[in-house]
Amino acid sequence: MRAPAVVRLPLLLTTLFPDAERVVRIEAETVADVIDGLEARWPGMRDRLCDTTPAIRRHINVFVDGRRTRLDTALAPGADVYVLTAVSGG
Amino acid sequence: MDVRVLVGSKKGAFILESDAGRRDWRLRGPYCEHWPLTHVAADPASGAIYGAGGNAWFGPAVWRSRDFGATWTHSSQGLAYPEGETPVQCAWSVHAAHGRLYVGVEPAGLFVSDDDGASFREVAGLRRHPSRPEWQPGGAGLILHTIVTDPADPRRLWVGISSVGVFYTEDGGETWSPRNSGTRCDYLPEGQRYPEFGQCVHNLTLAPGHSNRLYQQNHCGMYRSDDGGLNWKSIEAGLPSSFGFPVAAHPRDPDTLFFLPLNGADAGRYPPDARAAVWRSRDGGARWSDRRAGLPQSGAYFGVMRQAMATDALDPAGVYFGASNGSVYASADEGETWDCIVRDLPAISSVETLTSR
Repeated sequence: MRAPAVVRLPLLLTTLFPDAERVVRIEAETVADVIDGLEARWPGMRDRLCDTTPAIRRHINVFVDGRRTRLDTALAPGADVYVLTAVSGG
Repeated sequence: MDVRVLVGSKKGAFILESDAGRRDWRLRGPYCEHWPLTHVAADPASGAIYGAGGNAWFGPAVWRSRDFGATWTHSSQGLAYPEGETPVQCAWSVHAAHGRLYVGVEPAGLFVSDDDGASFREVAGLRRHPSRPEWQPGGAGLILHTIVTDPADPRRLWVGISSVGVFYTEDGGETWSPRNSGTRCDYLPEGQRYPEFGQCVHNLTLAPGHSNRLYQQNHCGMYRSDDGGLNWKSIEAGLPSSFGFPVAAHPRDPDTLFFLPLNGADAGRYPPDARAAVWRSRDGGARWSDRRAGLPQSGAYFGVMRQAMATDALDPAGVYFGASNGSVYASADEGETWDCIVRDLPAISSVETLTSR
């Protein structure tokens, strides 16, 4: 069986979903699968991370192995996925 | 009676509360996780409070509180254009009426919720208007910032879109037509200043008890219409400037209204001579008087945005405005005298009221 991705979420995001966890394991072959898994657990989370292009929002970074990914980026089994908020605002 | 002044700011929602005397105010907030909120407004029928905004990280959403701000939820379910189109950047305005919640967004479009803000669908007829390809964004973007409904007829709506103008529907949003005749565009070439659309409406409001009298603050002038926006007449004579952002109607008297003129689009956009004043008419805009007792009469270099002035439902009516410097000014006597009821909030985008028993 394929090892699930280990997905780490930023506090700013989990604050918006009262029962959300900071670390979650999701069976995923792509970043899009991760987003699907998050949406299934916490409805509405997709809209916070992605726009309807569809694409990851401009000021959200999803890093895997030190690289910024896109929705179609493939994931290795057991990948460590970091969802981060970019520097933004004033 | 309690009065709540609802403040939308660059860093969340704030609520100011007082009793009918409106002398002492208590500040609560910030709410909505410090999201920039362009508009916070209530449904006077239910008491629910809604906040429209967009977060640089997390996109657009509408926040909702059913307990006067103590707890909030957020949703953007359905608040989206079809895949491939420019995504919705921000929720810009909220308006509750007839058991529905309308939301204006950037880029300009109108959405509606029939489940109290849990989910939304586009009122797609507006963007099907043949003028849509020619809509150009204004300084704040291509924003639908004002939504007006007719209390007597749920099928009638007016919306204001910056640098596009006023559009009107009388079939609940299926078909729309421009309502800009008589409002001018000083920024267009001579001889072309009265187009069918392209006017930079800043704010509009319906006079109480009337289904067809509207007042409008435009980038270029103040106006009144007595036929639902088919024709607009300038009412700016007697005012110190034709530029400003908000207009507010009296809660009961259709002839009383309030403007807050700024010194000019190209002159700094602060009160003339940096002396703050709200200008009031008691006769539908024929004559004006400046009400400035209690307002700063030197060094007032703030702006007041398009959704940042409101009246309450009490008698005498309260009038309120919020400024870009984070101050909220209040009058409990229809503009005669003013007090600063809070200062040093984040830059204020909107001020609305909720009066409750």
